[in-house]
Amino acid sequence: MKKIRVLIRPREGLLDPQGRAVEELLRDRGFRVKGLRVGKLLEFEVEEGTDVRGMVEKYVVNPLIEEFEIEES
Amino acid sequence: MKFAVCVFPGSNCDYDTYYVIRDVLEKEVEFVSHNLTDLSRFDCVILPGGFSFGDYLRPGALAAKTPLAQAVVDFAAKGGLVIGICNGFQILTELGLLPGALLPNLNMRFVCRDVFLRVENSETRFTRKLDRGEVLRIPVAHQDGRYYVPEEELREMEHRGQILFRYTTERGEVTESANPNGSLSNIAGVMNREGNVFGMMPHPERASEDILGSHDGLMLWYSLISE
Repeated sequence: MKKIRVLIRPREGLLDPQGRAVEELLRDRGFRVKGLRVGKLLEFEVEEGTDVRGMVEKYVVNPLIEEFEIEES
Repeated sequence: MKFAVCVFPGSNCDYDTYYVIRDVLEKEVEFVSHNLTDLSRFDCVILPGGFSFGDYLRPGALAAKTPLAQAVVDFAAKGGLVIGICNGFQILTELGLLPGALLPNLNMRFVCRDVFLRVENSETRFTRKLDRGEVLRIPVAHQDGRYYVPEEELREMEHRGQILFRYTTERGEVTESANPNGSLSNIAGVMNREGNVFGMMPHPERASEDILGSHDGLMLWYSLISE
């Protein structure tokens, strides 16, 4: 088995109201924050040899609105 | 004409839809489970509103991976009529049967109220009993209804008449304040290129009897069943 992390974020250029709301809150508290996006993290173990990218592309992300990256460890 | 109403874990407008078809339209209708693999004995398949699979991952994302969703794809490919309402619309975009996606409402709130819809194309299987420019009052109830589609595709959809409804004022004006969720170009309902798959965020099944406050949704159903 191998350990996998999939990071999913809203596609660049798409308005992310959740990220905007969090960013505004942090700014209101005096932090100099910009470009905040809220995404998702999937962590799992999977059998060696599994086509993780293919699995994620087909079943997990919506490429029209999301971008993703895969980390293996 | 025989209808199927799809039931996923978390669907919650399935009974309302079933009731309208059976008791108001007086047509044959059956519930079908998310494990069903063949819809060929039906003429029209409806994906109702709700929170299928808890809206986990993204609204409609998990429902779109069920055996029933694949059966809907096969059914649509053979020309069958498919309608997605609210969560059903989200499922159809996740399935790729309709273009675009439905993103979280711009104000991040659940919006539950009557809206006004302008008919943009009345020459379709879903709207032929309506008039172009006519304004309907139908309720919305959703958290993720902000329609998005890339600019170029939007232009093609407009050109091909795939936009069936827009959010407007009572007088049919497209304004920002008439848009309940921040949808691109105030879009409330779209159709596929072939003209047999349609999705909308508002709930016509909740506006099909005067006792429920509006019967403006009825003409959508009548469009479907008229020969």
